[in-house]
Amino acid sequence: MNIHEFQAKEILKRFGVSVPRGIVATTPDEAKSAAQSLGDGVSVVKAQIHAGGRGKGGGVKVVRSPDEAAAKARDMLGKNLVTHQTGPEGRQVRRVLVEQGVNIERELYLAMVLDRAQSRVTVICSSEGGVEIEEVATKHPEKILKETIDPVIGLAPFQCRRLAFALGIPPELTGKAVAVMQGLYRAFDECDASLAEINPLIVTREGQVMALDAKMNFDSNAFFRQKEIVALRDLDEEDPREVEASKYDLSYISLDGNIACMVNGAGLAMATMDIIKLCGGEPANFLDVGGGANKEKVAQAFRILLADARVRGVLINIFGGIMRCDVLAQGVVDAARELNVRVPLVVRMEGTNVEIGKKILADSGLVIISAETMADAAEKIVKAVKTN
Amino acid sequence: MSILVNKSTRVLTQGITGATGQFHTKACKEYGTQMVAGVTPGKGGTAFDGIPIFDTVERAVRETGANATVIYVPPPFAADAILEAVDAAIPLIICITEGVPVRDMVKVKRYLEGRRSQLLGPNCPGTITPGECKIGIMPGHIHLAGTIGVVSRSGTLTYEAVDQLTRLGLGQSTCVGIGGDPVHGFEFIDVLKLFHQDPKTSAVVMIGEIGGSAEEEAAAWIKSNMKKPVVGFIAGQTAPAGKRMGHAGAIISGGKGTAKEKIAAMNAAGIHMASSPATIGGTMQEALAK
Repeated sequence: MNIHEFQAKEILKRFGVSVPRGIVATTPDEAKSAAQSLGDGVSVVKAQIHAGGRGKGGGVKVVRSPDEAAAKARDMLGKNLVTHQTGPEGRQVRRVLVEQGVNIERELYLAMVLDRAQSRVTVICSSEGGVEIEEVATKHPEKILKETIDPVIGLAPFQCRRLAFALGIPPELTGKAVAVMQGLYRAFDECDASLAEINPLIVTREGQVMALDAKMNFDSNAFFRQKEIVALRDLDEEDPREVEASKYDLSYISLDGNIACMVNGAGLAMATMDIIKLCGGEPANFLDVGGGANKEKVAQAFRILLADARVRGVLINIFGGIMRCDVLAQGVVDAARELNVRVPLVVRMEGTNVEIGKKILADSGLVIISAETMADAAEKIVKAVKTN
Repeated sequence: MSILVNKSTRVLTQGITGATGQFHTKACKEYGTQMVAGVTPGKGGTAFDGIPIFDTVERAVRETGANATVIYVPPPFAADAILEAVDAAIPLIICITEGVPVRDMVKVKRYLEGRRSQLLGPNCPGTITPGECKIGIMPGHIHLAGTIGVVSRSGTLTYEAVDQLTRLGLGQSTCVGIGGDPVHGFEFIDVLKLFHQDPKTSAVVMIGEIGGSAEEEAAAWIKSNMKKPVVGFIAGQTAPAGKRMGHAGAIISGGKGTAKEKIAAMNAAGIHMASSPATIGGTMQEALAK
C-alpha cells in the first residue's frame, strides 16, 4: 500500500526526521491561507498523487506570494496530472501540499529497502539525489552506498557515520545525518514499511539535514497491527475493481486485454495469463480466488471480472486440492445465471468430485465450454473470443 | 531415497486444533504420514484423531520424538511458532501460513543463524515424498513415486506440473514448495543441492516466478554444479511491473525480477525451459530422452 508525500512526511516527523513546514490544501483559498501562514518568502505547491515524476509533469511549482500559491493550486486541483508513472490518462489531483521554501545546498538520496537475497533491511544512499536511483545505479553504480541492518541491533550509529562521511556531509552535520538515518529506519521498522525513500535528502545553506520529498510503501501482511497506517489508505488512488476485490479477499489486478481469468493460486493465475498470451489472446486480469474459494467468493469474483466492459470471454482454471469441483461448478452456474453472462465461458477444473462438477456444468443449460487441460482451455477461450 | 522427508519422518502439527490444522493433519495421516503430535497452547492433555496434543513444542518433541513440524497457526502468531520450533531444535520446520509480515520473517531468519533447524516456507504448500510422507496441503493423489525432483515457489502451479508428470508416468522423488514470500527459509539452491546429492533423483523440475533474483542465483549454481537434467518454467511473463501478483514476493520492482531476465539466465545455464505451463511434463520427457 502506498501513501501520499504529506502523510509520509508526517510519519517521518514523528520519528525525528526534519521536514519543511507544510500545510495540505484542497482548494485554492486554502492554498492561499497556507502560504500566508507559512510566512513571507518563497513556498512550493506540490500536487499529492501516488506517483513519482511529479516535478517533470508540472505538479511541483515554486511560488513567491500567497496569490501565486492560490493560482498554482487552481491549475493543479481537479486536473489530471500525467507523469511517467501514471500512464497517459494521468491521475486526478485532489490535494496539494504547500511547503515553505528552503535553501538547498546539496541533494542526496536515502532509502530503506528489503534486500531479499540477504533477508535483511538495507540502507541505500547516494550523493546523487533528486534523480531516480535506478538511473544512478545504471550510470554510476559506484555512487551507490549500502549498509545492511542486523534486525537485532538496528541501524548502528557507526554505520550511519560511515555513510555520512562517504557522502561528504560536513563533520559538524554528521550528527544530524545520523539522526535522519536512524529515524528513517525506525519509521520503516515500526510501521512495517516495505520501502521508505527520501529523495532528495537535502543539506540546507543554514545547516539543516531534511527530507524534501518522502515516499513510503507498507507490507499489507502487517495491517493487523498497523491500524494507523491502514487509515492512511486513499482509495481514490487505486483501481476501483482492485479495491472491490480486496473487500472479498480476492487478489485481483486489472490488465489491458479482453480475456478475463479466474484461477486458484497466484502461480497458476500468472501461468494462466501467460498461456492465454501464448495462444494469441490478451489477458484482462490476474485473479486468484485463493485455496478455499466458496460459492459466494466465486460469484463475487465473477461480478468483478464482468464489470470490466472490455471483457469478451472468461476462462476459469481451477486445480483444486481442497477445493471441491461440485461446489465450484454450482457457484459458477449460479453466478452465470444471476449475472446473465453473455460472453463465452470456458471452465477447466481438476480436483475432488470433478465428474459431478462437470455434470453440473453440462446440465445447467448454460453455454459453458468444458476443457480437459490448461492448454485446451486457453485454446478454446481464445478461439471463442475471436469468433464471437 | 528422497530428500527432506520419508516414511520414518515423525511429524508434529503446530495449530492442530484450528480448522486448517485439523483438515490437513487428517489428510496427511490418511496419506500414511506419521503424525505423532500436535501443539495448541492451553489444549495440552487432549487429543485429535488419536494424536496427542501438547501445550509446548519442547514437551511434544520430548515425549514423541517428532523430527519435523508443520505450522498452520494464523499470521500474527506464525513467526512465534517458528521460533518455538527452532528453540526445540526440530530439524525440519514447514510453515504453511500465508500472510506473515516481512519484519517477523527477517527476525526469524536471524534467529535461525547457527541453529540446527531448517525452515521451509512460509506461504508454501509443504513437501511430499510420494508414497511415503506428505506434509502440507497438496493433494496427495496426483503424485506418483519416482525419480523426478520438483521445486517451486508456487502451490497450485506445482500441482499442475506434478499432474502432467504423473500422467506421463514420470513419478517424483520429492516435491518441495519453497513458498511465495520475499523472505523465506529454503531457497531454490538449498533444495537443488539436496536433489543433486540424492541418488534416487534423476532429474529436476524448477518452477519460478517474477520477483527477486533467486532463479538467477539458482541458474548460476546449476551451471557450475548440476549434472542432472533440469526443466524450468517461469510464471508471470505477462505480469505488469510494480504490481504484486498475489504472492507477496511476486513483484517486478525497479525493472528487476522480470520473467525475461530469469528465463535468459536459466536458458544460459542449460536448463530446458518449458515455453508454456502446459508443457512442463512434456519438456521433461524430451530432456530425459536426450
